[in-house]
Amino acid sequence: MNYNAIFLETLVFLLGVLLLVMDLILPRTKKSIIGYISALGLLCILVFTFVYHGNNAIGFYNGLYASNGMSTYFKQMFLIAAILVTLTSTSFVKTLSDSRGEFFIIIIFATLGMMVMSSANDLITLYIGLELMAISFIILTAFNKKSMKSSEAGTKYVLLSSISTAILLYGMSLLYGISGSVAFTDIIDYLKTGNNLPVVILGSILLIAGFAFKISAAPFHMWSPDIYEGAPTPVTAFLAGGSKIAGFSVVIRLLLQLMEPVHGTMVVLVIALSVLSMIVGNIIAIPQTNLKRMLAYSGVSHAGYILIGIVSYTKTGISAMLYYLLLYIFANIGAFAAITAFSNQTGKDDIKDFSGMWKRSPLLAATLLISLLCLAGIPPAAGFIGKFYLFSEAAKQGYLWMAFLAMAMSVVSAYYYTVVIRVMLMEEPSEVTPIKIPASIKVVMIVSMVMIIVMGVYPGPITDWATSVASSFIK
Amino acid sequence: MGFHILFLIMLVPIIGALLLLFVPANNSKAPRLIAATAASVALVLSLVAFFNYNTQTGGMQFVEGYSWVPSYGINFTLGVDGLSMPLVLLTSIIIFSGVFVTWKLENRAKEFFFYMLVIASGVFGVFMSGNLLLLFLFMEMAVIPKFILINIWGSKNKEYAAMKYTLYLLAGSSLALVGIMAIYAYAGSVSGVYTLDIAKLAAIKYDASFQKFGFFILMLGLGVMVPMFPFHRWTPDGHSAAPTAISMMLAGVIMKLGGYALIRVGINFFPEGAVFWGPVIALLATINAVYVAFVAMAQKDLKFVVANSSVSHMGYVLFGIASFNAASISGAAAQMFAHGIMAALFFALVGLIYEKSHTRIISDFGGLAHQMPRVAAAFMLTTLASLGLPGMFNFIAEFSVFIGSIQVYPVLAVISIFAIVITAIYVLRVMQQVFFGPRNAKWDHLEDAKGVEMIPIVLLGGILIVLGILPGSIINMISSGIVPIAQKFISLSIGGLF
Repeated sequence: MNYNAIFLETLVFLLGVLLLVMDLILPRTKKSIIGYISALGLLCILVFTFVYHGNNAIGFYNGLYASNGMSTYFKQMFLIAAILVTLTSTSFVKTLSDSRGEFFIIIIFATLGMMVMSSANDLITLYIGLELMAISFIILTAFNKKSMKSSEAGTKYVLLSSISTAILLYGMSLLYGISGSVAFTDIIDYLKTGNNLPVVILGSILLIAGFAFKISAAPFHMWSPDIYEGAPTPVTAFLAGGSKIAGFSVVIRLLLQLMEPVHGTMVVLVIALSVLSMIVGNIIAIPQTNLKRMLAYSGVSHAGYILIGIVSYTKTGISAMLYYLLLYIFANIGAFAAITAFSNQTGKDDIKDFSGMWKRSPLLAATLLISLLCLAGIPPAAGFIGKFYLFSEAAKQGYLWMAFLAMAMSVVSAYYYTVVIRVMLMEEPSEVTPIKIPASIKVVMIVSMVMIIVMGVYPGPITDWATSVASSFIK
Repeated sequence: MGFHILFLIMLVPIIGALLLLFVPANNSKAPRLIAATAASVALVLSLVAFFNYNTQTGGMQFVEGYSWVPSYGINFTLGVDGLSMPLVLLTSIIIFSGVFVTWKLENRAKEFFFYMLVIASGVFGVFMSGNLLLLFLFMEMAVIPKFILINIWGSKNKEYAAMKYTLYLLAGSSLALVGIMAIYAYAGSVSGVYTLDIAKLAAIKYDASFQKFGFFILMLGLGVMVPMFPFHRWTPDGHSAAPTAISMMLAGVIMKLGGYALIRVGINFFPEGAVFWGPVIALLATINAVYVAFVAMAQKDLKFVVANSSVSHMGYVLFGIASFNAASISGAAAQMFAHGIMAALFFALVGLIYEKSHTRIISDFGGLAHQMPRVAAAFMLTTLASLGLPGMFNFIAEFSVFIGSIQVYPVLAVISIFAIVITAIYVLRVMQQVFFGPRNAKWDHLEDAKGVEMIPIVLLGGILIVLGILPGSIINMISSGIVPIAQKFISLSIGGLF
């Protein structure tokens, strides 16, 4: 047994436990310090993942758990998201009446769940990771106990997430039932024989449906607008920049590893999900008046864009997905950090409330501008190059019509993003009080902006990194 | 030359823009000084490059390359040839004039110059880029700053115009980008190496059906930017609503991006496809030239006249490109330069009149030549250039277009030439109604252009006259860039019904 495989998870777990103990010791007013310690601890673990290369392609407990280049890349993304979200939420947590310390600790356990998901090599482990993440998110979503919207969002998340889990479990049980094993390697061996194809396909579809819920791909996206709007904004940021990425880490491995023998059939399903998400997400985003809801629908459309990478099924396709997921984290967390700073002070998050932002806080306006340009795919933000990578993969594989549709939908999306930009930069402010941004959120904003610009202007190094990760995954 | 002149030209506006970010908000003089410095340095560097370009050897010069995303075959290569060098110079001339036109801006001047310099850098990038993806990256980079510029500093109906403009341009460039992806995928599958280097892609032999498809996509996508009928609707609104300096940039250089990309990518990569679609472009270009000229004639707003006349003039560019011989394409490229200077001067003058009189309705004016003799003289010069009077650079360009195209599309060429007559009618009518006639006491308070305002007028007007008399150097340079492209068409038969 090689304990190196679970080294990172152990560190994250220990950090969580340490903070739980600290939470008991510290007086109520000092608890926000837990947030900074948590961010610092996660940062140390993140740095450690780059320094420590001992955990490549090793298994644990008879292959129940696999750590490789791909899972490490995803874990790094989760850690980045967790650090940024923790920093974003420090000022929000100060407004809570109690349970201040737990907020950060639950973020850590959600991160742990994501890490387990990205490394799981059998269905049960995968399920445990998924539930650890989902239950943590349910608590986080409903954390603002005094807010009706937050409690409502939490309840909705419980119900819808358990339905999706039920579907997922049904799919898993079918695959287990015919192959007789929960280990990925055994299931792959069974699928290669080509027996019982209808049951295999049904099980795979149910499995994908369960995870399509997590990545909020249409038609499994219904939960996301309500929950994005109702949840505390830092939690929304983590849903977009963490939960969705974790969903993709599993979807990539399920579709390209586990279901590789039936890839030809599953690709049709992925195309349908992708096309539907792009169209539904972008069209419904247009009439939204709440910025968080709009970003939820934009998230649906992005799930569609990113799924294109799976359709292409090549090394460069995977690397394009990995690149896009990374820039997606920064774009979303940048945008939600800006919204957090704004709504902490004003309590509002409708698009019209952002009018005249250039006067009230130029930094906030700049962050939101860059993040939205990134999501819209307009250079010099990274979204342009990310979309080029993804869509040109579709073109290379002969799906030029998908590239065409995706570009057309990007133009549609440019409309609703530019509406926000217009309100922010051009309209006169309805109030003149400047927005005060706490230092921790400033850090998040600047990091996101710099990363978006760097990934857009000098994409070479990160692309090479993503390509090397992808080539270790797919030949 | 070990000196990275092209990179510097592109970088200077960006440096200026970044410096602007650090100017304190209450400092009203620093923004324009920084912008003027950046524009002047870019202009001087462009002039140095222009006069150091060796027309005898031709081809790509001042080439520099940096590795960007090697695994996707995207390198940051810059270079100019006879086609792009004049356009780089044009861009820097117009940025330079634009800064001085906006000299007196008080409202959020820092941001204005910031966005303007970002656009400048993007446009330089398009003309210099030796890589297809970068060309499009720079093209799209210029879109959103213009949206913001029109929205904040524009006039009349600006929100509608800005959104219309942005969506049209994004739709056009996205469509063209799909074409680029198709080329990328096709060329990669043919040659085995995925690359986006323009020179390498131009050397690949595309089969006939792909050429037709690829050219069609590019024609539609880039046609929006040129703009080609029936995708020209964004232009009059956008140009009229924009603030003066931005109208100058829109009409002067942004409209040229589409034509440039069509020559550089469209007909350079897909000669057979271009020949297949040539008659369609020629027909649409004729409609552009003639129909939009009629539209211009019916306008009551001075700025709408000029904006529509720009669209009409771009019809000649398209017509020249669609005729596929060295004379006509060179004429089209020369027309891009000539029209850029002329349109910028036109918009500068209209902006000046509007700034002082706060109206643009033609019938409000009359006899302005009494109060504003210098503006009237410059306007007359522009009018003559616009109708292609011999002695102006525009005449040489238009003449060259029609010399080349009349052999290919005799009927359409004759109809297009008719557009010059219509142009003469409407520009002279505007001239007469605005500047001539009895002195109108209502406008006695108007001051003539003076001081800083004269800089763009003298610069742009001077270029029109000097190049009209001495067109040799620039024409030779353009031909040196066009001839290699036009040679691809020698073996193909062009023309058809018209």
